[in-house]
This record gives sequence, C-alpha cells and structure tokens, in this order.
Amino acid sequence: MLVTISQAIVGSIDLMAAFLLMFGLWRMSSPVTAPSGILVAGIGMLAAILASFLYVFSVAAAARSHLPMNIGLAGGALVLGVGVAWWGGRKVAITAMPQAVALFNGMGGGAAASIAAVELFGLKTHGAIPLTVTLLGALIGSISLSGSIIAWAKLDALLKKPLHLRGLQVFNGVVLLVALCVGGYIVLTTSTALTQVLPVPQLIEIFFGISLMYGVLMTLPIGGADMPVVISVYNAFTGLAVGLEGFVLQNPALMIAGMLVGAAGLLLTMLMAKAMNRSVAKILFMSFGPGAKRKRGAIKGSLKPVQASDAGIFMRYAKSVIICPGYGLAVSQGQGKLYDFVKLLQAAGVSVKFAIHPVAGRMPGQMDVLLAEAGVPYDLIVQLADINEEFKTTDVALVIGANDTVNPEARTDKTSPIFGMPILNADQAKKCYVIKRGNGNGYAGIVNPLFYADNTYMVYGDASAVCVAMAEAIRGLGAPAAAA
Amino acid sequence: MNFQIDIGGFIALYIFMVTAFAGWVIIGRVPAILHTPLMSGSNFVHGIIVVGGIFTLLNATTPLEQAIGFIAVLLGAGNVAGGFAVTQRMLAMFKTSGHAAEHHAKHARPGKRAKPTAVKAIKAKKA
Repeated sequence: MLVTISQAIVGSIDLMAAFLLMFGLWRMSSPVTAPSGILVAGIGMLAAILASFLYVFSVAAAARSHLPMNIGLAGGALVLGVGVAWWGGRKVAITAMPQAVALFNGMGGGAAASIAAVELFGLKTHGAIPLTVTLLGALIGSISLSGSIIAWAKLDALLKKPLHLRGLQVFNGVVLLVALCVGGYIVLTTSTALTQVLPVPQLIEIFFGISLMYGVLMTLPIGGADMPVVISVYNAFTGLAVGLEGFVLQNPALMIAGMLVGAAGLLLTMLMAKAMNRSVAKILFMSFGPGAKRKRGAIKGSLKPVQASDAGIFMRYAKSVIICPGYGLAVSQGQGKLYDFVKLLQAAGVSVKFAIHPVAGRMPGQMDVLLAEAGVPYDLIVQLADINEEFKTTDVALVIGANDTVNPEARTDKTSPIFGMPILNADQAKKCYVIKRGNGNGYAGIVNPLFYADNTYMVYGDASAVCVAMAEAIRGLGAPAAAA
Repeated sequence: MNFQIDIGGFIALYIFMVTAFAGWVIIGRVPAILHTPLMSGSNFVHGIIVVGGIFTLLNATTPLEQAIGFIAVLLGAGNVAGGFAVTQRMLAMFKTSGHAAEHHAKHARPGKRAKPTAVKAIKAKKA
C-alpha cells in the first residue's frame, strides 16, 4: 500500500516537474519573461528532488538493510553539492561564465556516467537493449565529463595552446572505435553464452577509461573561437546521456528533460556553426592548422595609430556610433568602462548602438550578457542581421577586441579560411576605430585588411584603459562643450 | 491500482521523438541575445539527473555502489545548484532602457501612461 501511494505521489510530482521545466524554457524566449522562466523551472526541479526521497518506500529488498546509511549519504551529497555549487555560482565573475557553464555541464555528464557505472557494476540491467542504452549513456556522459573539464581548463587559460599533432584525429577515431568495440563485447558476453576473455567488471573499467580518454583527446585540439560550439556540443551530450539513463531507470521526467536539452544543444550548435560558415564536423574534427596561415602582402594601406583621447573626442562630435565588441573586451573586463564612455556620448546627443556577432566571445551570446552586466539596456544591443545595413549610414564604427568577426576578407577572398562567414560591416562606416592590444592576428591567424583601410585608425592599448582615456578626454572638454 | 512505470523500447522512442521536437521548437524561439542564459538554463535542466542519482544511491547494496552513487548525487546536485545560480544571476541583469520607456510614454496615447511607472516599479524591485 505504502509502495503504491509513494509511487503515485512521485509519479505525479515528476509529471508536474517535467512540465514546469519545459514551460520554464518556453518562457526564456524574451528577456522580459525569462527571469520568471528560470524560477518556474527551479520550482519544478526542487519538487522533483524532494519527491525523489519517497523512493525509500519502494527500494529493492536487498537494499533495505542499507537504507539508513544510504539516506544519510544521499542527504550529505545533496547538501554538499548544492552548497559548494551555489556558493561558486553566486561568486563567479560574469566574464568567467563560459568556464562556469562548462564545469557545471561536466558535473551533469559525470553524474549520468556514475549512475550508469552503478547499473553496470551492480549488474542491475538485464537484456541487450537496456544494457546497450546504459553503455551508450555511460560513453556520452564520460566524454561530456572529461571534455567539459578540458574545455573549462582552456577557457580558464590553464591550458593555453590548442594541441596540434599529426594524425591525432585518426588516433581519436581509433580510440572511439575501441570504446565501441569494448561496449559491444560487454553486451554480447553478458547476454549470450560467449566465452569471457576478461571478467566483466574489468571490461567495464576499461570501457570507462577509454571513454574518458576520448573526451580529453577530442577537446585538446579545439580552441579559441570554436569554444562556443564545443560548450554547446557537450551541453547536448550531457542532455542525451541524462535522457538515456532516464530510460534505464524507467524515469520519464529524466528522459524528457534530457532529450529537451539534447535537442536544444543540437540546435544551438548548428546555429553557431552556421554563423561561422563551418560545418559542426569540421569544427570538432579539424582545427585551423598551421596551413591556414597564408602569405601576406596583397594588403594595401598602412596601420594608422591614433591617441585614445583623439578617438574619444571625434566620437563625441559624431552623429552615430556603432560599437562592435569582441572577446578582447571580456578579457580586459572593460564592459563597465565602455558603458561609462557610451553614457557620455549619449549625453552629448550621439546615437550609440552595439552590434553583436553570433560567435563574438567564447560562448553563444556572451557579449550580450557582458553588456547587460555593465547595465547596457538590451534595446541598444542589436544582432548582426538586424544592424548590418546601418553601418553604411553610420559615422563611426568602434571595434573593441574583435578581429575575425569584422574581417572583410570573409566577403571577398575565396582562399580565406573564414570565407563566407557573415561579418559585421564595420568597414562600411565612414570612419572606423579599432581598439587592440597589439598587432597580433585573430584566432584564425589571418591578417585583417580592415585595419589597413584608409578610413580605419588604430587605438593601441588595453580595452578597459582605452575606454577610460576616451571618457576622460570627453569630460576634459568641460561643461561648455557638453551644453553646446 | 499500480503506479509502477514501465516504458518499453518503442514507447521510449516516441517520448524521445516528441520531446526532441518540442525542444527544437521551444529553443528556436529564443532570441540570440539570450543564448548564454539559455545554454546555462538548459544546463540547469539536465541537472535533474540528481533525481536518478538519489534513486540509484537509495538502492545501493555494496560499498562500491554507495561510493559511486554518492558521487552521482554530489555531481548532480552541483549541476542543479550551479546551473540555477548562474542562470538566475545572468537573467536578472537584462533590463530595458528607462530612457526608451520614457520616449515611448511621450508619444503614447494618454490612456497608456501607466508604462513608465511600471518600468520604475520593476527597477525598484530589482534594486
């Protein structure tokens, strides 16, 4: 009786939770409703977690004697995990958001893989299909765990250079194939009377080892501007792993939530790839090699450095300014200083807008969040497709820490590695200022003809420091100028 | 009455298919400006794996199962809490310009004057 009642309660709460999670994501389609969306999803999640403790009434007979210990462990793990992650999530800087998301995503993948491990080591799944699904979930979850950790290390600048090794892609392919073979052998040997070469637990250990290794190997060669795609792919992977383990545990709420995220991650991945005009497969399995560097010399013109104060004052007397921010702005934490400068321009009657390239930054939409943190109202933030025509009629395009996303080569040069990628038309503005730390090239390793164009002027320096200098210059004009 | 859930292979495929389609449609509506919160929000959603972790840990019988189950719950809990904290923080930062709202109010018909006060109220709430 108690079993039936507890199952009915858990069942209905999970049903509600699955709905609330979907509804929460649905409400994320507008900045106005999004904050309530995450709250709705949070309520659903909390209810599902609390209800899951009702499973104590329906545990298997063998586990009943361990129940007090297990409840204690579950409660302890829950409090510890929530406590640490909540503290971390509250404290992390907004500029470090891609790392944080990668880390939390890896945790989810690890949890899915751990559940699969318990199922496999405890020989709890029977039959070829459930076993295959468990192993698949274990594989994807493990890849997501180790891959996300590498991605986190890269984004946190613990790992600096993408690894380029000859034949690494072939080697990775072999590793994946071996993992699949070991998995297939585990299914065969446990569901048929096939002779065992190695005891099953050892095979399972090998399987997890190879899967984790593959995640590391797959992520090491990818870097820089391709990071948004990687984070998105691992998000989809974890979702998929959760969905598969949901099937193994016969929990539809897990299946729905997992698959929802799997589909979402896939869609975002494809959007990112489209914004870079590269296929997902190319990003994951082919990195910009040294071959991408080509001869220079075809570029006409010269680099024309100017002082930050001159640039600031020129913009003060312009009619319209479009700002194109890139990863360099995030690195220098200059978003707040930039908005201070923008407010001075607005006070002087200059129309200012922000143009966002879909792959600016290290995560889809990172620039939007960064500007929001600085207090920039979102109606000033315009996406590439909606603003690109406006550059022609704009006085000044201000490029801050961006490079490949404003490289006109993508439009004209068929041999360029970024040919075909939609770019911000900063070169079409009447005048273009580029704030840059030095003369280095962008992630793609190509020279940017925009910097050499007749109407482009370079302001060298840290984005944050330059913004302060530009703002100082405008303030230095004094009250009479502001009143004019 | 029996509330035991039993999902066979094909039912599972149907669930996956419908959900994947729903996910595709739901996410397709989200504007690019919200892609980072969306990603961290969906990251939070797959944290529901912690429920599976609790189920697994409660059914553990050996020390090994208990140890791995503990890790599963720990990681899952981290996923949920971290995902929520980060997403909520980001979404709270998105605001529209009061400047633009006043501009709208000036040109709106007299009956629509409620707008600026509503915006102010929202801002006050956040502060």
